[in-house]
Amino acid sequence: MTPPRRQRRYPRHEPPPPPKPGKQGEAKNPERLYVVAGADEDGARAALDLVTLIVARADPPPSATPEQAALLRLCTAPLSVAELSAYLNLPFSAMTVLITELLTAELVQARAPIVRQAVPDRSLLEAVMHGLQRL
Amino acid sequence: MDFKGSDTLPGPRTGDHLPHTAQAAVKIVIVGGFGVGKTTMVGSVSEIRPLTTEETMTQAGIGVDDNYGSESKTATTVAMDFGRISITDQLVLYLFGTPGQERFWFLWNGLFEGALGAVVLADTRRLEVSFDVIGRLEERGVPFVVAVNSFPDGPRYPIRELRAALDLAEEIPIVECDARRRASSRDVLMTLMRFLHSLATTGSPR
Ligand SMILES: Nc1nc2c(ncn2[C@@H]2O[C@H](COP(=O)(O)OP(=O)(O)O)[C@@H](O)[C@H]2O)c(=O)[nH]1
Ligand SMILES: [Mg+2]
Repeated sequence: MTPPRRQRRYPRHEPPPPPKPGKQGEAKNPERLYVVAGADEDGARAALDLVTLIVARADPPPSATPEQAALLRLCTAPLSVAELSAYLNLPFSAMTVLITELLTAELVQARAPIVRQAVPDRSLLEAVMHGLQRL
Repeated sequence: MDFKGSDTLPGPRTGDHLPHTAQAAVKIVIVGGFGVGKTTMVGSVSEIRPLTTEETMTQAGIGVDDNYGSESKTATTVAMDFGRISITDQLVLYLFGTPGQERFWFLWNGLFEGALGAVVLADTRRLEVSFDVIGRLEERGVPFVVAVNSFPDGPRYPIRELRAALDLAEEIPIVECDARRRASSRDVLMTLMRFLHSLATTGSPR
């Protein structure tokens, strides 16, 4: 028995454009069929990654909304945006809106992730390998 | 959700907190079709019980039929399971089990763009499912390795044959694994890291 076969593809010269909320005329393009509910196109979403670490800088002030207070109590020690989204049961997009409010109010600090570089950082890769070896 | 009962909110268990020294995180994406073992792999290596992040999408009107107006929009929830491995006091690694359909990928900012790399989990019962995933990663220039999960009811092919079937470039590692076993999943991640390291050393284009 032989398996089915695939054909290799190659990098596009242009990175794919970031998807925008679909307009009516674009409905035929399958990649544009979906838009994030309530997403703000140029909003602060772009700045926060799933693995940006969030740390509270203060106790919840009396003015904090219940969501803000819950988040501040969760991240007295660093937690990723993804973990906060899971524990608070909020979609990623809603989570980033909430965190942006708290960043603006200087109630939390964000620690940016290390992202893939054109020239990868070998010492970073080696650190990850050592960490995995201890598993 | 209801925030009133905030003292009963599910939160991290004791020991699920990161140390205050945690400065930055990196991520690896585990991508593949439904039921291929993504959540199993995340769970077998994670130091926390796997968590789920969700996103809600509206599906724009099917085709160009405007008759239903806004009623033709339906909300869909897409979920992604993830886990965590502390690397040092400063550095933490997150693993995301991501659905294979590219139209879901943009829901999470920089999911693939920012990842160190990806593991494509393939299943010999439905090898075709991974064809599109692999093609998309190639197009986006995301470095990846292929892990073939062996299910008892799946056909077994020699790795050489799988490499040919997947039309993988010579340098791209392909390994067999059992996602249920921590050591096996760890080995898959190590294979990816060694591959990334070799790319960094040879400086070959991605
Ligand atoms: N035999 C075998 N079963 C597996 C393996 N990995 C996952 N499974 C089983 O396959 C089923 C689907 O796995 P799951 O991780 O939920 O798949 P996902 O949809 O990709 O997240 C579960 O019942 C797992 O126990 C594997 O390596 N070998
Ligand atoms: Mg799953």
